[in-house]
Amino acid sequence: MDQASSSKAAGPGPALPSKLVKISGVLVSLTLTFLGLTAITFVISRVMPVDPVLAIVGDRASNEVYQQVYLQLGLDKPIYIQYLRYLGQLAEGDLGTSIMTAQPVIEDIKRFFPATLELATIATLLGIFIGVPMGVFAAVHQGRWPDHIVRVVALLGYSAPIFWLGLVALLVFYAKLGWVAGPGRLDVFYDGIIEPVSGILMLDAALARDWDIFYNALSHLILPASILGTFALAYIARMTRSFMLDQLSQEYILTARVKGIPESQVIWRHAFRNVLVQLITIIGLTYASLLEGSVLTETVFSWPGIGQYITNSLFNNDMNAVLGGTIVVGACFVGINMLSDLLYRLVDPRIR
Amino acid sequence: MSESPLLRVEDLHVSYNTPTGIVNAVSGVSFELGREKLGIVGESGSGKSQTGRAILGLTATGGQVRARRLEFDGTDLLHANARTMRHVRGGCISMIMQDPKYSLNPVMTIGAQIEEAFLVHRATSKTEARQRTLDMLRAVKIRAPERVYKAYPHEVSGGMGQRIMIAMMMIPEPDIIIADEPTSALDVTVQLQVLAVLDDMLSERGMGLIFISHDLNLVASFCDRILVMYGGKVVEECAAADLEQATHPYTRGLLNCLPSLDGAREELPVLLRDPAWLANSEASR
Repeated sequence: MDQASSSKAAGPGPALPSKLVKISGVLVSLTLTFLGLTAITFVISRVMPVDPVLAIVGDRASNEVYQQVYLQLGLDKPIYIQYLRYLGQLAEGDLGTSIMTAQPVIEDIKRFFPATLELATIATLLGIFIGVPMGVFAAVHQGRWPDHIVRVVALLGYSAPIFWLGLVALLVFYAKLGWVAGPGRLDVFYDGIIEPVSGILMLDAALARDWDIFYNALSHLILPASILGTFALAYIARMTRSFMLDQLSQEYILTARVKGIPESQVIWRHAFRNVLVQLITIIGLTYASLLEGSVLTETVFSWPGIGQYITNSLFNNDMNAVLGGTIVVGACFVGINMLSDLLYRLVDPRIR
Repeated sequence: MSESPLLRVEDLHVSYNTPTGIVNAVSGVSFELGREKLGIVGESGSGKSQTGRAILGLTATGGQVRARRLEFDGTDLLHANARTMRHVRGGCISMIMQDPKYSLNPVMTIGAQIEEAFLVHRATSKTEARQRTLDMLRAVKIRAPERVYKAYPHEVSGGMGQRIMIAMMMIPEPDIIIADEPTSALDVTVQLQVLAVLDDMLSERGMGLIFISHDLNLVASFCDRILVMYGGKVVEECAAADLEQATHPYTRGLLNCLPSLDGAREELPVLLRDPAWLANSEASR
């Protein structure tokens, strides 16, 4: 969606330098996307049959208190005024206060989001560095046993329920073998020792040069990241395989072979560079969807991530938290889309 | 070069195992090629392109190639290992493909693609390869070689793309060029330009050419010798100049289908196929 509108806006601009037109086009589309995102989430949160006043004051409050809070929240005003007010607060970085945690939503997100960021990033990296070579390998050996193995693995990884995989993995690697640490992000006795800088525990531990904590965090992360990574890997491997098969049957591959280029170069220099163009989109989408937080994985591994946060807030009618979380996730989505758009331009000369 | 031909093809068969049975794309083609221009003419499916691919060992997966003899300058192409084949491809025998829109890598610059063809076969510096590439672009009559060097395939026209293709396939100086319908994707006006470039380069370097086409007249005017293929077999072989005296009914049929400028003709004859051509083409050869 945002790609289409940006290219439209960045169309022929005879007088202006084209770079400026492009950048302003991207900015306009970005602003519109954000307005749309906030508008939709805001309206949904307001039409929900939840009384925000009641959620704050409780059902034993007097009518007077109720009225006071009602006016304080500006609920007597029309909804577009409320929306504009919300936008104004948003511009100041104020997402409201969470009822559940009694803290500013922004503070909650600062605590929960890095956990998801950490998990999703490692999972995506696993998916890329194992899934892409797997897919290429399968495509090159199409119809022979390496291909069959990769296809079965990819199918299993894609279709096995993630909570089941997670539980079994916990049972085997944590409970029975004791190779990795259990649920949560850190062992209890390491909790709260290092000062959170980025919120990403491994990074903070490395900055503080506390390698015990670093390894403990890693040991906790490795299982959920692998489980989530399996999912990413399966998807990326499947897509890589089919993109690669498509490119390998193209005419320019025959040209490359006619030139007498070694097969490895035919695959990586010629075919893969064309696959990369398509892969960027797939990887961006995978990463974005993992950044939404995967509630199932986070629940199984007691991982205090954004997915769990939003889900719990929803169960508790904590609309400010839901709204704040959604906007952060949406912003990530838009950001990653833009980034993959940019990379796309870098890799594919045809759309520069 | 002595009298012995560069390329010797004897009784070449290419067959594909398909779910519906074995399909013989080429069945028993033989010819020899020296430093001359040989045209292979035939309709689609007659096996002319498959012959060209089989020579380079680039038959599509699932295809089987058999031959009594498939030799380039003493090298057995049928039993050569992958390394030898890579040396032969590009270095000794090269192929110009049909449509530059699809046969050039869309995300690599033209310069890089031509350079690559050179560097695989010659151990030289990058600067020399670049210089050679620019010279080659000039040789195929590209006016702004510096600009085209940095351009991507989608930024050039079809005719220019095909001249780039010619430059790319000729830069390692192979002995034989296989041109597989090199002008079919181009406008008629551009066709002649590209052919002129090809002709110049061939005679300058004394290479052998296998010109694969469905255009009988084009081949007759461009080549020295003609093979006419039908149903995977060679049904007629003659010097280009003697095409008018062709004897095989298929060739005659094709010739008769073409209207000539002089002399009025009420009705053009339609080519009537005889199933017997498939069976006893050996005899007529």
